[in-house]
This record gives sequence, C-alpha cells and structure tokens, in this order.
Amino acid sequence: MNVSDQIRTMASDIFGVPADKITPTSTPETIETWDSIQHLNLVLALEEKFGVQLSPEEIEQMKSIGDVIKLVEGKLQAAPS
Amino acid sequence: MTKEIALRGDIDSLLEASQWNPAATRLGELWRADSSSATAAFVVSRLEKLRDQISLVPFRLAILRSFTVEPIVPLLRAEAFSFGIDLSVHIGDFNAYAQEILDSESWLYRFRPNAVILAVETLAIAPDLWQDYAHLSEECVKQAAQRVSESLAQYLREFRGRSQAALIVHNLEQPAQAAFGVLDAQLVQSQSEVFERINRNLVAATSQMRGAYVLDYDALVARNGRLRWHDERKWLIARLPIAADQMIHLAREWMRFLVPLAGKTAKALVVDLDNTLWGGVIGEDGMNGIKLSADYPGAAYQALQRAILDLTRKGILLAICSKNNPEDAIDALENHPGMLLRPKHFAATRISWNDKSPGLREIAAELNIGVDSLAFLDDNPFEREQVRGAVPQVMVIDLPEDPLQYAAVIRNHPGFERLTLSAEDQQRTTFYAEQRERSQAEQKFQSKEDFYRFLEQEAEIASVTPATLARISQLTQKTNQFNVTTRRYGEPQISAMAENPSCQVLSIRVRDRFGDHGLVGVSITRDEGETCEIDSFLLSCRVIGRTVETALLAHLADQAAARGCKRLVGWFLPTKKNAPAREFYKQHGFEVATENSDGALWSLDLTRQRIASPEWVKVVTAKGGK
Repeated sequence: MNVSDQIRTMASDIFGVPADKITPTSTPETIETWDSIQHLNLVLALEEKFGVQLSPEEIEQMKSIGDVIKLVEGKLQAAPS
Repeated sequence: MTKEIALRGDIDSLLEASQWNPAATRLGELWRADSSSATAAFVVSRLEKLRDQISLVPFRLAILRSFTVEPIVPLLRAEAFSFGIDLSVHIGDFNAYAQEILDSESWLYRFRPNAVILAVETLAIAPDLWQDYAHLSEECVKQAAQRVSESLAQYLREFRGRSQAALIVHNLEQPAQAAFGVLDAQLVQSQSEVFERINRNLVAATSQMRGAYVLDYDALVARNGRLRWHDERKWLIARLPIAADQMIHLAREWMRFLVPLAGKTAKALVVDLDNTLWGGVIGEDGMNGIKLSADYPGAAYQALQRAILDLTRKGILLAICSKNNPEDAIDALENHPGMLLRPKHFAATRISWNDKSPGLREIAAELNIGVDSLAFLDDNPFEREQVRGAVPQVMVIDLPEDPLQYAAVIRNHPGFERLTLSAEDQQRTTFYAEQRERSQAEQKFQSKEDFYRFLEQEAEIASVTPATLARISQLTQKTNQFNVTTRRYGEPQISAMAENPSCQVLSIRVRDRFGDHGLVGVSITRDEGETCEIDSFLLSCRVIGRTVETALLAHLADQAAARGCKRLVGWFLPTKKNAPAREFYKQHGFEVATENSDGALWSLDLTRQRIASPEWVKVVTAKGGK
C-alpha cells in the first residue's frame, strides 16, 4: 500500500470519516471533525507511523490531505528509512 | 497494512449485523496487529458502539496533569479494551491539579473515579531544580527539595481526605542533561541525587497511605531513552513533552496499574513446552538437542524461565499445557540441566496430544479458579488463536518472533502486576503443594467427618489490623466463588469500615496438620439497631467445603447476639460464578425475608436460633486492631 493510501486510512481513523470520503482535496472546511486537536492527533500519527519529524512551520502548512501526502512523501524521499 | 484495512471492513460489517462478540474479537486482533495512534482512534470509535453490547469491566479514571495527555487517552482506552476494561477518562485542566484536589466540590470528586493519576512533570512542580540548578545555592536546593516533597505529600493527604479512589502518582524525572555535565556524577549532592531524594520521600508518603501508588516515571523515561522520550517542539507548540512514538509506552505503564486495579489479573500462567520453555521439540530433538543453557541460543529460554519463576514470588501459579509424549516432557522437566523450572513449580500439568482448550478448562477446575484467571503462553500462533476462539476468557499472551524478547513480554505483562504483596502471595506455590497432599489423604477416609477430624483444623478469627488490611482488600477483589455479595473493596474503603464503630471487619486464618492456609476468609458486618447485616462473607476456594465457613458464621451470630442484636441478616446476590455460596444461608437455618431482581435477603432470628460451630474446627479468637 502506498503512502497516499496509508495517509487516507489514518485520516479516516482519526477524523472518524469513511476512507472513500477522504481525497487529496479534503480540508478542515470539508471535514467537520478536523479541528486543532485532531490536527495534532494527525501529526502525531504521521510521525509515529512514518518515523518522520514535522516542524511547527510544516504542521501549520498542512491545509489539505494533498498537502499532507506531499509533505510526508517529500520527507520519506529525503531520508529513506 | 492491507490486512489491517480488511480487518477494519470486517469489523464494520460485523457491527452493522449486530455481531457484537465477533466484532470485539476482530477489534482486539486489529489493535494487537497495529497499536498506533490512528488505529487507537478507530478502536475507540467502534468501542462506543460495542460497550453496551459486550461484557467489559467499567472503570472510571481521572487524570490530573501538567501537560497535554489528550492524544494518549485513545491509546490507553484501546489498550484497556484489549484487557476487557471499558475505561471512561476525565482529564483535569492544565496545571490545575492542586485546586482540583483541594476543592471538595471539584469535578474530580463528582466524577467518582475508581482511580486517579497525578501526572505532574518536574518542570511544572520544580522548575528551579529542573532548569536553574546551576545557579542555586546548596541551601536553596535543600529548601526546594523539601518544598516539593511536602507539597506532594500534602496533595496526597488532601486527596485521601476526600476520596477513597486509588491514586497513582508519577515520581519526578531528572533532566536528560545534568546542569554541571560530567561533574554532576562527582558531586555528593548532585542534581540527580536531589530528584532521587524527592522520589524517596514520595515513596515514604505513599507507603503511609492505603491505595496510593508511585509510578516510577523517571525509570520509565530512562528505560525508553531520555533523549528519545522528549520532543521539545511538541512541548513548545502543544504542551506535549512526549514524542509521538513514545506515547504508547506511557499508556502501557498506566495499564500496569489499571489492570490490577480493575481486577483483571491472571492468577495462573499456563505454559507450553516446546519452543516456549526450551528451543526445539523434545520428542524429536531429545534431551541433548533442545536449546536451554546459559549461552546463545538457549539463554533466551533460560531468561524466560527466570521471568516465570519470579512470578511465583508474586503468588502466581504455574501450569503446563503441552502437546507431547508425557514421558519425554517429564524427563526434560526433571532432569535437563538447563531447566530452572522443575515439576514442583507447577500446580497442574496436562501433557497429551489433545487440544489445548479442554486442557485449560481442566487446569482451571483443578486449581479451583475461573478460566478468566488463566493466562496462556505459547509460541505457536495457531494454538493461541485456537484458545482465543474456544475459551475467549483466557488471557492469551502473544509472543514475538525473537525468543530473546520472550522474557520481557512476561515481565511487562499487566496481567501479572500486583500493587501489594501479601504473605499469602509469596507462599502460594507451597499452599498448592500441601493441597495435593490433603486431596491424597482425603481418599483414605470413609466419611467426610473422619477426614475433618484427621485434618485438625484451627481457625483464627481476628479483627482487621494494619498487617492484614491489604490481604483482606485483595480477597474482596479476587474471590468470585464463595462470595455472597461479591462487593469489591479497595484498601481505603476497608480502612474506613474498620474505623466505623458499628462495623466489624473480620478475617479468618486456617491451619491444619498439612500446613497453614494463611488468611483465607473475610466477613464484614454492620449493626443497625437490633439488626446485624452481613455486608460481605467470602472464603478463598482453597478451603471451601471444609466447614470453616460454618465456624465463621457461628462466630458472627454469637457476637451479634452478644452485642444485643436480635437478627442476623445477609443478602445473597447471585453472579455467574458464586453458585458455591447459593445455599449457604439456607443450610444454616436462615429464611428469606425479602427478594428482588438482584437477589434475596436472608434472615436468622437470634432470639430463637444459633448456629452450631463444627466440633472438628478449633476456633481461636485473636485480638485485632479494633
């Protein structure tokens, strides 16, 4: 399973929304449960699952699922584990 | 990961079809396969649908804190679910723990928690010792240490004055980097020594208080690596000091307290033999072929045996359930030079080619405990799944691929945690060996009465004392079979009843010619006017059916009459397990006074009736604390 699908599953778990409702264009505006607490939970889940570290600036810039996927894929390519 | 996606789909379909128990089983499987934050969120949301449909132990936990614990709570609730506990959590405000403890009207007391965790970091309670240490005079350090110790002790006292809930207190962690660098280790009064001193004082404060326990947070952080534990960025942006991948370790450390507090402990560990207690298969590899020694690779199995042997000192019984030729296996148990566990350590043994699940049921029956008090250890995933399916109440322990990690699995398993240790716990293996001798003797007698006379039983009845309080509380929490009301009491509650002048908390200790059973029974009675009500009456399964229960009941009746009571009454509240006590009141001449959907209230008219104490039990009354 690729990174993008894994992230969609994680977002589905955390936001409590069916996985097929989560697309790269999903944002806090389209997902009602995506508040600041769940944003932190998503960050923690990403760091835990992919072994990456996200900076406060990067966390701030995660404004859609597409942003999240791009960010994590970039991190994984920079430092293959 | 693909498997886990499929599992999520299965779980939702099962929930949709109201297949609650299969859904719960798969949910447990998913959590074991992937104990991550995202999966925790999934587990918790599905648990909301399941919690009223399946049998879980409800448990209320309050967390008082100085840092963000919210992301750890789903991990904790998912972990609790995997132990059959439905955990409700209430979290206090940031750094409001002092007010919350001191205000009797605060949410903390209204929430009526079963347990409270006080999780305060060093930075919050001792910022000077944490970050300004280099600039403090010796006198300032001393004062700061005293200030911190005294405030912690005060919080404990204030809390206990308002609540009898169990209290779990984090001790103070020391900084990863000492202020003076390597010099710190050269100083008699070093920075790390200050924290050790505060932590020792905390142990002294909790040891004077019933139901208060120290969580060694400093050791927890050290064990996982101080530098890896912390995440400075998350601290600065979200007041979360713990790195994402370390949160599960805190959740699991909390569980090591909550599992025993919720009564979900294993009383016996049933082990497999081949590739579990030793490497290889005894029937094929033979005595010289199996791996079991102080060197690699046999050392992994010796380390596991050492961990298992340590459990016996906490009162946990051992048993064997193995598919083998009995002669081969017994030969290895008795004669292999690498074995640390020997036949005398096992209270029951099932070695055959039969399925393991009936074996486990037989072992539980032989040890006189419920199957839900058994833990099962087997390297073979197939056997584990078979047991999970056939006897879901058994606590099945998963083993990793690498045998070198086996011992740690046993040492970290919450089911084997004990928060207090009684003299009985440390001798339990001996008690069971004596029990086997008794059973053999019993066969030789024609009548039960002759056997009872031969036993020369002596029952010592005493009021609760500080020395017996922990054991009494433990018995109320663990005894399921001979227990008329199954009311569970923590040490603080027993202590409060002991101080109530209209309450009598008695214990019974039984000895016979084969040995000392230890403290095996408890009665709690309360006088109200001319009525003495039996709140609790329970006896450990070790002595059920040896008539000492009659001796204790006769004593209660005599004492109540001596205090001027005209009636001795007691509820029998039926549970799935307490059938052995069902006829207890009836057999002793009690009559039903009231009945409702919970059970029946039995009554004995003390002005007309007494209970005869069996002649073959010598009753000794000892002066207790009250």
